[in-house]
Amino acid sequence: MLHRYPKRVAIIMLVLTLLVAVFPLWGPAVFGDQVDFIQEKLTLMVILALFAMSLDLLVGIVGLVSLGHALFFGIGAYTLALASPDYSAASLWWMLPLVIAVSAMTALMVGLLVIRTKGIFFIMTTLAFGQMFFYFISTSQFAGGTDGVFIMFRPSVTVGEATLLDLSDPQTFFYFCLGLLIAGYLFLRWLTRSYFGQVLDGIHDNEHRMQTLGYATHGYKLAAFVISGVIAAIAGMLAAMQYGFANPAQLGWHASGEVLMMLILGGMGTIFGPILGAFAYEILLYVFEHLTIHWPILMGLTIIGAVLVLPRGIAGLIIAPPGEKSADTSRRKSETVSPVDASAQPVAAQNKEG
Amino acid sequence: MHSEAMLVTRGLTRRFGGLVAVNAVDFDVKPGEIHAILGPNGAGKSTLINLLSGEIPPSEGEILFRDQPIQGKSVRQTARLGIGRSHQKTNIFPRLTCLQNCQLAARVHMGGIFASWRSRAHARMVDERAREVLETCHLMARADTPAADMSYGEQRQLQIAMVLATAPSLMLLDEPMAGMGHEETAQVTTLLERLSDRYTLVLIEHDMDSVFRLADRITVMVDGCVLESGPTEQIRRSEKVRDVYLGRHHEEATA
Repeated sequence: MLHRYPKRVAIIMLVLTLLVAVFPLWGPAVFGDQVDFIQEKLTLMVILALFAMSLDLLVGIVGLVSLGHALFFGIGAYTLALASPDYSAASLWWMLPLVIAVSAMTALMVGLLVIRTKGIFFIMTTLAFGQMFFYFISTSQFAGGTDGVFIMFRPSVTVGEATLLDLSDPQTFFYFCLGLLIAGYLFLRWLTRSYFGQVLDGIHDNEHRMQTLGYATHGYKLAAFVISGVIAAIAGMLAAMQYGFANPAQLGWHASGEVLMMLILGGMGTIFGPILGAFAYEILLYVFEHLTIHWPILMGLTIIGAVLVLPRGIAGLIIAPPGEKSADTSRRKSETVSPVDASAQPVAAQNKEG
Repeated sequence: MHSEAMLVTRGLTRRFGGLVAVNAVDFDVKPGEIHAILGPNGAGKSTLINLLSGEIPPSEGEILFRDQPIQGKSVRQTARLGIGRSHQKTNIFPRLTCLQNCQLAARVHMGGIFASWRSRAHARMVDERAREVLETCHLMARADTPAADMSYGEQRQLQIAMVLATAPSLMLLDEPMAGMGHEETAQVTTLLERLSDRYTLVLIEHDMDSVFRLADRITVMVDGCVLESGPTEQIRRSEKVRDVYLGRHHEEATA
């Protein structure tokens, strides 16, 4: 069945999660005095994984390729930066709802305008909105222009007088991000397996047929667009906390393109794939950057290689390892009777996109 | 209901640029009948169906469904009114199972996904409805098979099952037997025969044997116009139809 994967997926993901979660135990032994830096990197990967996962709902599940997703990442970052008081910490109890509200409103407005377009037009309109916002922010005084805005204090998480979580502590912040990633994953997994997810799958396969059945497909796509935008904004908020600033670079089309590459690398439409993609991309980036200043060439070749060798990304490799003949992907070609009429192609052949 | 007919078109016309695909068609479907549309390729049969289901808006003329004008309504709106349609091309959701395909179809007409989300009883009703139509279409054994893995004939039957799951009062079937072998064609013909007790069907089909066996009335179209419309016996004996359509058809078949 769709969005149900072999057991090894769960096992591998659990092992990897545990490995990341207990990093403070094994990190110092492996990385020595670099451990703090590596932990920061790891935190960033967790945040980017959340970001990539949110885009997967749109690109992999609904089938809408967006090249403006960093817009929402930036909304999260700038909402935090601009709403934080200068000389004290904001409370997460109102900061998180604020980020969710602002991003949901933005996603709703942008979504209403772009959701009727498809394919290349959707790519172009999302790109246009992303760039509009990028230039608006980088030329606005209130947002610090190209310098961005600094965040002096990470939001506090308190109950009464007691501090529940001290997010300024790198270790606590790391676990906070990891917790949100896991929560986001469980939410999206539930969503894709729900009736709502089934409708999104239907739209991905054949939107017109969904309309013929009586579904108001635009509404469902808009809902997915908003959910995806809100999760991206939460990731953006975390990133701004991590960096200590919000910067226009976080919301340009470069950032949108990067997250798309994470998706391609990890495997679209699987939700867990983009998590692996984000980690793989960041690790590759780190390695390549150290090898040469021409690292984009290496990265480009790697992505091209991945597309050629692993059309379904790292996730595809885990779901159906090469050499193993299994039917659980439900994507294999149907062994249909050869059609007499040329216009009556079997469905599997019509459905080109992976 | 005021008029006898369930669906009526008056002066229905659709132009594509300079081409008049459907030209002032007056056409009516009586409740409970199987109404077949015949005609050579390019006669405008599929365009007519597309106009009836709201896939494309008419250039002129009106369509009354149960005395209500429906021209200009979208496919989604006509679907909600009870006009179910299947397409000439196989049009199913390949990654979903056979059962899920039907659930998807049934759910939207039984209150939508939120009703299923809120109550287990509703979700169960949807499930029962989906199984019922699979039973009707003899696909129960394939319930949990991904649609992509079913045979071509089964996929075509699933498509009919999905239309049934939406509990339509009028079914528009565009070449349900297209590309099928003899055995499968016979199977689907039997299925449609059984359905005719409970449903009103408009059928485009090239398989003459099936059409003459199934249809209560036949409308023959040529070049976008209605050549003749009437009971099956009348069409079978019509000189005009034999000359213009059946003759050509038989020539093609023997060529």
